[in-house]
Amino acid sequence: MAEKHFASKRFAEKSQRVLIYVILTVISVIWLFPFFYLIMQSFAKVSNPKSIFPVEWTFDNYKTLFTSDTRPFLNWWLNTFLIALATAVLQTIFVLATAYALSRLRFAGRKGLMKLILILGMFPGFLGMLVNYYLLQLLGIDGSMFSLIIVYFASSAMSYYIAKGFFDTVSRSLDEAVMIDGGSKNTVFWRIILPLSKPIIIYTILISFTSPWGDFMFGNFIAGSSRTMTSADYTVAVGLYKITDMSEFGVFCAGAVMVSIPITALFFWLQRYYVEGIAGGAVKG
Amino acid sequence: MTKLQYLSLTKPERVLVDLGNFFRNFGKGILNWFKSIPLKLLKFWNHTLSVPFKTLEKAMTKGNWWVRGNFLVFGLYQIFHKEIARGILYLLYEVVFIWFFIRTGLPYLQKLGTLGTLSLTSHYMVDPSSGVADGTFATGDNSFTILLYSIVTIFLALLFVVLWYFSIRDAKSLYDNTLVGKMSNNKQFFKDLVDSKYHTLLLAVPLVGLVAFTIIPIIFMVTIGFTNYNGAERITLFDWVGFDNYSLLFSGFSNGGANVVGIFFKILAWTLLWALIATFTNYFLGMVVALLINKKGIKLKKLWRTVLIFTIAVPQFVSLMLINRMLDVNGFLTDLFVKFGWVPAKVSPFQNATLARVIIIVINTWVGVPYTMLISSGILMNIPEDLYESARIDGASSFKMYRSITLPYMLFITGPYLLSQFVGNINNFNIIYLLSHGEPSFSLDKKLGYGDPGETDLLITWIYKMSMESGSTKNYAMACVLGVLVFLVIAFFSLIFYGRTGAVKNEEDFS
Repeated sequence: MAEKHFASKRFAEKSQRVLIYVILTVISVIWLFPFFYLIMQSFAKVSNPKSIFPVEWTFDNYKTLFTSDTRPFLNWWLNTFLIALATAVLQTIFVLATAYALSRLRFAGRKGLMKLILILGMFPGFLGMLVNYYLLQLLGIDGSMFSLIIVYFASSAMSYYIAKGFFDTVSRSLDEAVMIDGGSKNTVFWRIILPLSKPIIIYTILISFTSPWGDFMFGNFIAGSSRTMTSADYTVAVGLYKITDMSEFGVFCAGAVMVSIPITALFFWLQRYYVEGIAGGAVKG
Repeated sequence: MTKLQYLSLTKPERVLVDLGNFFRNFGKGILNWFKSIPLKLLKFWNHTLSVPFKTLEKAMTKGNWWVRGNFLVFGLYQIFHKEIARGILYLLYEVVFIWFFIRTGLPYLQKLGTLGTLSLTSHYMVDPSSGVADGTFATGDNSFTILLYSIVTIFLALLFVVLWYFSIRDAKSLYDNTLVGKMSNNKQFFKDLVDSKYHTLLLAVPLVGLVAFTIIPIIFMVTIGFTNYNGAERITLFDWVGFDNYSLLFSGFSNGGANVVGIFFKILAWTLLWALIATFTNYFLGMVVALLINKKGIKLKKLWRTVLIFTIAVPQFVSLMLINRMLDVNGFLTDLFVKFGWVPAKVSPFQNATLARVIIIVINTWVGVPYTMLISSGILMNIPEDLYESARIDGASSFKMYRSITLPYMLFITGPYLLSQFVGNINNFNIIYLLSHGEPSFSLDKKLGYGDPGETDLLITWIYKMSMESGSTKNYAMACVLGVLVFLVIAFFSLIFYGRTGAVKNEEDFS
């Protein structure tokens, strides 16, 4: 009797497991499908949204992308790469500095500052774009996409949450040990907190490096407002967004593939840190 | 109602009673908050606001002449008492501010009341050789600049007052130190900068960025809501109109047959419904996927997780535009819908309001589930195993364990995250704008200056259409009014939420 009971229980567990595998496979297919579609469309000679597979296969879209004068994709790519690199360095430094100050230092107005940042986050940000653009004009850099670097890193203070959540979990007794040995708060930051926060540092770099690749809103605004900017000055997001206006879907897909490959590779290389960062810091926020 | 009475009720009745209590207490809470205002003000005056005045008085009466000199010349005491670095910084700001105020600030501030009177449009610069207007303007008034410079000047002036106070307070405390024989020098200043005053060093640059690129634009935005600026690129003159924009929006007026206030409330309702549904579908589906992947005995955990991370790695506008393409009039997903009979042939699914909404919510789970999956995996692994152990011994089913252990634990820890998701969804621009573009449209005349709102538009995309989109008459001032209203809605929900969660208050509990 007992044996039979166990056997049926084992069977139930097994079938449950099979069911879960089926569900997970279906989910994976659904989640990967758009990227499969993207790659297929980038090889299509004539874009036909009705069929998933291209009717005629071709490399022409990629050729157009790299040789066309009206769509200097290589220039866009390089522009975006430089902007993303500079943003990653500056933003990481200032996000971590803000997060450390708000997590570890106690000063008058700390809580007030945190509340203020919370409230500022409730306003729709792009209504300020006009003023931001004007400020860039005052600085004399409105004619270049590289002014985006300033816009991106100026908002560093707004995205301290995740790093602060992570710093909060680092034990305070370590700080005290350093202070007793005569170290300053500067020493604590560089010698204790940063070495212990590798996941969150890499997470911050990853996020600030990847976001310029997808931002078309502010880029578009700057590109649209400037009279001196040519298409060679665009970032990939702005350039690709404009391609869809020209209704050349295959070229858009080819460009999207060329953007996605490096970013995805970067993501998978640093996946462990991304997962640790978001799981460790995001929740407490 | 006594406890016993409450317990004797059936479940649905209890829910009703709870709900009633919630609203009653809510009203009481607000009333109490208002009642406590006078007391709070008194406390604020005694403990915070009066301190600077007392300090200033002491500096005047008990300080020496060097200290008193600081009332006129910033950093005077410091410069002559071996605190040269700090003193020069104070003095530098004073000089720069006064120079700026006289040269730029004051002329603009004087025009703030009228926002300028000399029109620009009729003053084209004419190129003398060809006699053709070259498109640049002669110098005249520009309301935009006047408003912006005035705000900047007011900010700098406030900073001026604060620094004036700091310089006096600093001088006084240095002077007090000398009375007990403690001499100061520059070295201490730099030492403090990396230790007891480390926050000033760390926060200086981020705060300047925050003020210049976030706070000043927001204040500017709020003030624009009280003008009639339409958002033209060639900025001419505009005027103060007081609360006209607000009353225009809420007076329920009909303009060209279209009731704008009706559209506003429709869009507001959809925005809230969307934020609620989007947040909860993502949250629960993400949690379910995480539970499935983390279940004991399931292999290839890393692979399943990696597949989902794909969506995070590819730029959002790329994947959304792809899906948009699949749902095009000719898209193959549309063909499927036609086969099911959900839409007539040759019509985009986004032309059907209900279907468009469902599609957006489904696709939003595609975008959002990977994030929640990652976050919940981290937390699920941290739930103490012995809780499940003892539940299993007591014979609990797995659903019961989920309901009584997993869910409460998750909800407790992820409370603040849920709120930030809710706020993020109210302002979720990308998914709506790139997928449905707000379709189906309310067919409001674009010339009215309210953009081209549609049934699936959120407030945020409507604002964008009103203020940024080309092809329609812009109405930047009204967009700013809506921006303020979005803020009020979000602030209302955040306030309710923040009053009710413990996890927000006890930030040091976990460390």
